[in-house]
Amino acid sequence: MSMPLPPPGAPLPHYVSDAPFDPDAAARQAEEASGVLTTSQWHMIWYKFRRHRLAVVSGVFLLLMYASILITEFLAPYNLHTRNVDAIYEPPQRIHLFHEGEFVGPFVYGRSMELNMETLRRVYTDAPGEVQPLRFFCHGDRYRFWGLIDADLHLVCPAEGGEMFLLGTDRLGRDQLSRILYGARISLTIGLFGVAVSFILGIVIGGLAGYHGGWIDMALTRITEVLQSIPSIPLWMAMAAIIPVTWNPIFVYLGITMILGLLDWTGLARAVRSKLFSLREEDYVTAAQVMGAKSGRIISRHLVPGFMSHLIASATLTVPGMILGETALSFLGLGLRPPITSWGILLTEARNVNVIAIFPWLLFPIVPVILVILAFNFLGDGLRDAADPYK
Amino acid sequence: MSLARYILWRLAVMVPTLLLISALVFTIIELPPGDYFESYITELQAMGESADLAEIEQLRTKYHFDEPAVVRYFYWLGGMLHGDFGYSFEYRLPVSEVVGDRLWLTILVSFVTIVFTWLIAFPIGIYSATHQYSWGDYGLTLVGMIGISVPNFMLAVILMYFANQWFGVSIGHLMDQKFLGEPMSWEKFRSILSHIWIPVIIIGTAGTAAMIRRLRANLLDELHKQYVTTARAKGMAPGPLLRKYPLRMALNFFISDIGSILPSIISGAEVTAIVLSLETTGPMLINALQSQDMYLAGSFLMFLAFLTVIGMLVSDIALAFLDPRIRLGGEARK
Repeated sequence: MSMPLPPPGAPLPHYVSDAPFDPDAAARQAEEASGVLTTSQWHMIWYKFRRHRLAVVSGVFLLLMYASILITEFLAPYNLHTRNVDAIYEPPQRIHLFHEGEFVGPFVYGRSMELNMETLRRVYTDAPGEVQPLRFFCHGDRYRFWGLIDADLHLVCPAEGGEMFLLGTDRLGRDQLSRILYGARISLTIGLFGVAVSFILGIVIGGLAGYHGGWIDMALTRITEVLQSIPSIPLWMAMAAIIPVTWNPIFVYLGITMILGLLDWTGLARAVRSKLFSLREEDYVTAAQVMGAKSGRIISRHLVPGFMSHLIASATLTVPGMILGETALSFLGLGLRPPITSWGILLTEARNVNVIAIFPWLLFPIVPVILVILAFNFLGDGLRDAADPYK
Repeated sequence: MSLARYILWRLAVMVPTLLLISALVFTIIELPPGDYFESYITELQAMGESADLAEIEQLRTKYHFDEPAVVRYFYWLGGMLHGDFGYSFEYRLPVSEVVGDRLWLTILVSFVTIVFTWLIAFPIGIYSATHQYSWGDYGLTLVGMIGISVPNFMLAVILMYFANQWFGVSIGHLMDQKFLGEPMSWEKFRSILSHIWIPVIIIGTAGTAAMIRRLRANLLDELHKQYVTTARAKGMAPGPLLRKYPLRMALNFFISDIGSILPSIISGAEVTAIVLSLETTGPMLINALQSQDMYLAGSFLMFLAFLTVIGMLVSDIALAFLDPRIRLGGEARK
């Protein structure tokens, strides 16, 4: 403050660095910082997504579920159609670790069955002395892994000559746990394939409407609205009723997938359309147009990356609807048909309230359905929050 | 645009929508190969009886089955315009007689469900938004998520199980069986009221949970706007502020949201009706679909779609009453 001004004409006092002058320093500095500044969009999405704990947990859970359907044959203690005639409607067995205060490792007690002559019901009781230790990495039911390789290795099997029905058995004595594991194959993939169908339809139809605008947009939007205003399950029911009874179950599976996908693209199409409308007006699109980019290049290079993350988030949120749709259709007897086994098919066993009252364990397949749908909803929420990381 | 003109315009837009829906419904019920008569004849022959071909031929001509599908579509459409919904081949009666009061009961169940959804979702949504990140908010969010994830038909099955286990009663049906087929009376109405709450809870759960989430998000957006901060800074008490501004904005959304929950409520109502064997359209629809009774199935599908379209119309008109921007802009804000 009190520094005297230098005499007129003399330089003002200022700091001069002693370091030799480097004309490229600024450029080099920018280059060093580029690791942060030019983090790709997908990286930022990943950082943001990671902060949503519940979504990450759900994602891991779903990954494990999908990984499990790759090795179902190995994980399931029994085969899908193995019937145990001595164990019809057997209640779930509990895994014990200690027998009479002594550690034996995981085991189940053997069961003895009696027919109650009054109610004509099978009554199962644990035989207290009969310790049946579980075997791990053992040889059990023979199966063809992926329908290709003959094998009989299982993660866990009952003791030799013993039994292990951790979630009980159904009216044919089939192990519920194994059937739920096998059912995951159908129930989980039908949602993915259905979403793939509706994803393609949604991008094409929404893209056409959003990019061209005008009367194409008018017509497509109207059709979308009409489809959205029809209640989906009755419509699915009507479409599913078309599938001839004589069809091979594999075709029925494909048909149901197509039906779910064909009627569920409306949400995605609307998302694509509105995103395209807003992105079309962005300055960088105008800039690209001014520089002479063709519309194909603008769409693929500038527009699609802009809304892909949103699309993936909305697609994730449509998967649960499809899984529920398949479960509901199969439950009502309009969807898949045995021998194809999905969670909905398993639940058809529990359609009658009198059956549930006596054999409540037949309701177990509800648990994975609810968990998977919850997980997809949480994952979708997390993805949607992370889809726009620049906010 | 005046309100009257807005309503007229909205009604005019409804016509092409309904035409498109009717074309779609007709295509779907026409798609299965063969018609009811063919399967009927084979069924009779399989049982060793000879079919009365003359009578069937007569029915065929009467319902224009000898003409191409497009022509039949227009006959069907024309018939519906003056209340003739076709003929149910399975029941051998005109559709309007088979249906009876099932349509009204479907409307009743859907309407009560919407009212239930509102009554529950509104206070909870407001609480969640004003107490964001409190334990109550977290708890309600979790309950809501579970509500969305449990499909209604499973909820119906689970409730049936627990009602049976704990109270020893079997739930299901929409009225005591002695009132079936009887004309509406005070007694019958009371019986319906005492039965209706179970399906309403089952159908309403998912919609309520979804609505709470959307209401919370909307109200939060509104609460973070600057006018709220300004009003607070000027010393306005939080209660009156909430009631006077953000809540009114949220109310708009509340009405426009009917459009998105109505189709899912009707879907849920159909499935739940099948599981609980309610006396609504659900069980009959699935029978009609399975036996290819096409006019009956088509009428039901048409009716359900009509119900949602009307519901959306009502919500749009109510919105126009509430929000002048909509009738001036002429476009519903979603």
